[in-house]
Amino acid sequence: MISSQAPILIPMTFLFAAMLIPLVGAVNRAAAHLTAVLGSALALYFSVIGMQTTLAQGRISYHIAGWMPPIGIEFVMDPLSAFICALLCGVTFIVMVFGKRSVEYEIPQKEIAFYSLSMLLLGGLAGMVMTGDLFNLYVYLEIAALAGYALVAIGDKRAVVSAFRYLVMGTVGATFYLLGVALIFISTGTLNMADIAQLMPMVQDSPAVIVGLVLIVLGTALKMALFPMHAWLPDAYTHASTTATALIAPIGTKVSAYVLFRVLFFVVDPDHLRTELLNLLQIIGYLGAAGIIWGSIMAICQSELKRMLAYSSVAQVGYIAVGISLASPLGFIGAILHALNHAVMKCCLFFISGNMRLRLGHSMIPQMTNGLRKSMPWTSAAFTLAAISMIGLPPTAGFFGKWYLALGAIEQSHWIFLSALLISTILNVAYFFRVMERMYLKPQEPEGVDYSEQTIVRSEAPASMLVPTLFLALSLLVLGFANAWIVTNLIVPMIPGWL
Amino acid sequence: MHEIVTYTSSVPFLAVLVSLAAVPLIYASSNRPNMREFWTLAAAFIKFPLVLSLLPGVMAGEVAEFTIVQISASPDIALKLRADAVGMLFAVVASGLWILTSFYSIGYMRGANEKKQTRYFASFAVCLSATIGIAFSANLLTFLIFYEILSLATYPLVIHKENKEAMRSGRQYLLYAMSAGVVLIAAIGITYSIAGTLDFNPGGIFGGILLDPVLIKVVFILFIAGVGVKAGIMPLQSWLPAAMVAPTPVSALLHAVAVVKAGVFGVIRVVGFIFGPEVMHEFSLNLILATFSGATVILASLIALNQDDLKRRLAYSTVGHLSYIVLGVALLTPEGFTGGLLHLSNHATTKICLFFCAGAIYVNLHKTKISQLDGIGRVMPWTMGAFTIGALGLAGVPPINAFVSKWFLCQGAMAADQTIILGIFLLSGLLNAAYFFPIVQRAFFRPGGKDLEKHGEASLFMVVPICIVATLSVLLGLQPNLILNMYDLAAGISQSVFQLPAVFIASGVWP
Amino acid sequence: MLEFIQGYYAYIFLATAFTIGLYGMMVKQNLMKKVLGMSIVAATTIMFWIVGAYKEGAGVTVLDPRIGVEDPGMYLNPLPHTLMLTAIVVAVVTLGVALALLIGIYREYKTLDEPTLLERMK
Repeated sequence: MISSQAPILIPMTFLFAAMLIPLVGAVNRAAAHLTAVLGSALALYFSVIGMQTTLAQGRISYHIAGWMPPIGIEFVMDPLSAFICALLCGVTFIVMVFGKRSVEYEIPQKEIAFYSLSMLLLGGLAGMVMTGDLFNLYVYLEIAALAGYALVAIGDKRAVVSAFRYLVMGTVGATFYLLGVALIFISTGTLNMADIAQLMPMVQDSPAVIVGLVLIVLGTALKMALFPMHAWLPDAYTHASTTATALIAPIGTKVSAYVLFRVLFFVVDPDHLRTELLNLLQIIGYLGAAGIIWGSIMAICQSELKRMLAYSSVAQVGYIAVGISLASPLGFIGAILHALNHAVMKCCLFFISGNMRLRLGHSMIPQMTNGLRKSMPWTSAAFTLAAISMIGLPPTAGFFGKWYLALGAIEQSHWIFLSALLISTILNVAYFFRVMERMYLKPQEPEGVDYSEQTIVRSEAPASMLVPTLFLALSLLVLGFANAWIVTNLIVPMIPGWL
Repeated sequence: MHEIVTYTSSVPFLAVLVSLAAVPLIYASSNRPNMREFWTLAAAFIKFPLVLSLLPGVMAGEVAEFTIVQISASPDIALKLRADAVGMLFAVVASGLWILTSFYSIGYMRGANEKKQTRYFASFAVCLSATIGIAFSANLLTFLIFYEILSLATYPLVIHKENKEAMRSGRQYLLYAMSAGVVLIAAIGITYSIAGTLDFNPGGIFGGILLDPVLIKVVFILFIAGVGVKAGIMPLQSWLPAAMVAPTPVSALLHAVAVVKAGVFGVIRVVGFIFGPEVMHEFSLNLILATFSGATVILASLIALNQDDLKRRLAYSTVGHLSYIVLGVALLTPEGFTGGLLHLSNHATTKICLFFCAGAIYVNLHKTKISQLDGIGRVMPWTMGAFTIGALGLAGVPPINAFVSKWFLCQGAMAADQTIILGIFLLSGLLNAAYFFPIVQRAFFRPGGKDLEKHGEASLFMVVPICIVATLSVLLGLQPNLILNMYDLAAGISQSVFQLPAVFIASGVWP
Repeated sequence: MLEFIQGYYAYIFLATAFTIGLYGMMVKQNLMKKVLGMSIVAATTIMFWIVGAYKEGAGVTVLDPRIGVEDPGMYLNPLPHTLMLTAIVVAVVTLGVALALLIGIYREYKTLDEPTLLERMK
């Protein structure tokens, strides 16, 4: 029963929780947090059930209000959307558990708004993933985006300005997307993705369709912060509260990437993609490769941990773009696996910056000392593990995403992509070990004080924050060893047959 | 050698795992040094017998295999261990010397009052796991995974002192090691796209495939750059002398045996088990390898002459000797290959002996410069006696074991009709003598300063391992097949790589 | 050429308006003007859908007894119009959020001029 309703239940759970939280919060502030945790747990439960059913029995299609597609709006759970949805719900659940103390500390008195907006954001994102209708996707995209702007705005002093920039760029992206959908609708007369996919071969040569697709890709690329359309991302991630960043960073850009997957691999005609749209794919790939290098270099230059991580997100989005542009099974596997890995790693790293903000009051890299290894040993250890994974060293999860992407690039002799992937590894070493040196080693200057020798009070983050951090850090190892299982059982079924 | 039979056994896995399992125990007992070092020793004493228990099987042509987990879905590659003869050779050397190094470490670390000993012992244990993992890797992906773990686990040891110099060396080390890993990923990926397999196979995996001459050269150079960093092939050697800031046991076991030999081992795997002699010949890849390693042998020896810091001189000597092995492999003759393999184990015992001595001198007398060593032979007769044996060995004087391997290497050069390489071997032998004998001469034949008067021999924790490795070097020189059948192992490997008839092996007696 | 302009004049007008709006959003330094540009862009996008649904000689989508159901060509496609109701709501909400953020910025920094704002943010 649940399984056939899963596609609609997940976004609705989040939206319902978003409505419920202000009501509950008015009575009891603490209950707001609990509602958010329960809501995301419930959604996680639905998404796991849905994923199981999808993998066992194929795609689940839910017709809203009983209208048959292509007239009515269809919610679809296929292996791809089920996987991304489970990822969203899983990350949200952990972030909500983590959030309590961090939110209380960083944005006091705004908890209720925060939790309500996070649920709204997730409702939007889950809707984007589930819907089988291009216009409906736009609506959910805007729900998620608006909630996202507000979430970013609840941050430090500068957050409002970052949120405004984010809003301007986000609106441009959404507008491009909507224009693209209009052009496709004008040519095909339908909005249902499956229906469009069937009609595509008949209209694919029309300039309107091609322009429409380009606009959709452009809009989505803006939303996923593909280089050089990434300018909004570092500001937004830096100034939002840590919990908000930990929520938006791992999944926000991924869902936009998902839209790109959905449109390019499931709506566009494969032959068309391989011939006339090949240039489009190539451009996505080269922009991704440029983003990998640029994001990494910019990350090296940052002195604030969250900002550094934000630039690294720009680079990581590049990996996914490269995977998309390869348009091969290996590229597909690499991109999806990397999306999963990056979500876990980035979430973990932002948790760590939250732990530091809570205990140190800042997350400035130059002010970190080797006292950290004494005062926050577990946080430091989690950082080490997550950093190793971000660099992409085996046997952590990060390596395997790169491995499949590298194989995919080699398979098609894309040496530029391959070198971008590999050079970024070295750059990642530079920016992560820079932090680790400060965390673990004595300061370099002769006059520097060795903080580890002083009596340092152990002030590890509270359990509600530490446990999620460590859980994510350890799951990086598990994901690394289980990657073959994940690829065979979860990712391979979602590869479209023609690839 | 008989026909190779494979069987499934978890022993190789356990051998890898045992020192890894010691890590949490070492951390848990970080406040109780005795307990902590007990765990290290326990792991070392379990690991070596585990490795040894596989030896009779290997000699009889039975190879233990163990699949840990499927690690890559498409292509379908497993994290798989396979204790074949080459792996055994390396694993026996590394795990055997770990026992001695563990004892020595305890003496050294306590004697020198080093800080952060827990981190030191833990990293050391991880390094050993990774080394055995490298030795037993059944395919390139497994090799890469352990190779990267080794790179990473060595970093805390290099920066152990946490001073400016150590940090700089650490950064340099990271840059080299991580670049090497990256290059290897590319090489492995391309190899897979050509051959469709990554399993090590004696004689190579490219047989019967039409190869693009440019691509194959590129892949080979990528491979050699990847493993050559650890093997210290010039121009990729400069991290190694810099890494000498690490505590001496690290320099001894890791930067003379485990880590650098992992690089050389990689060269052996790549040449003998991925490309194979035929492909190497066909595309004259051996020429590339021989040019670089030959130049390294001579240049490193010349640089060593100018070093006043004892450990740096030893480091450059290591660079030279590693390239000996690589050069032997590049000869592509069975004798050269056998010689290279034997030198892998023989250089290990002699060089570790020399490093142990350097460490003992540092801990006992706080001397690191060669110019300060006047007269110490009278104060530390056992240590310097062992040093003399090691130095003689590396210079190629019989009956010490390194002579045996050099003999084979020279034979290999003659068999390949490579007079230049033969000349390189002989010249470098002379240079070895030139940079080692002054040290011995200073120690024994020059009067010592007054500061030596109150000092005696170093602690037993250090002297006993030193004497054991020195004795081992001599014994293995007199009888290469002693206990561990190193010669048979090496000869058997050459036979399988060059696919020769079994007659080649004159079992048990060296000519 | 003239024919092209005649046939597509609505689109040409919309494209011009869209470009003006985009220009405002990207280039203008006053944040309020950016919001104005955003509104123009949103409005043109909505108009684009509506114009796309235009059919020569067709009437509103209410069943007309004189036409009946035999000739669906006589009715406009109602779908874009209804969709645009949603899009208008979205545009209004976005505008609302944008204005709220502007108020927040103004309270914090007492300016809406971008160079001044950057100056004061340091």
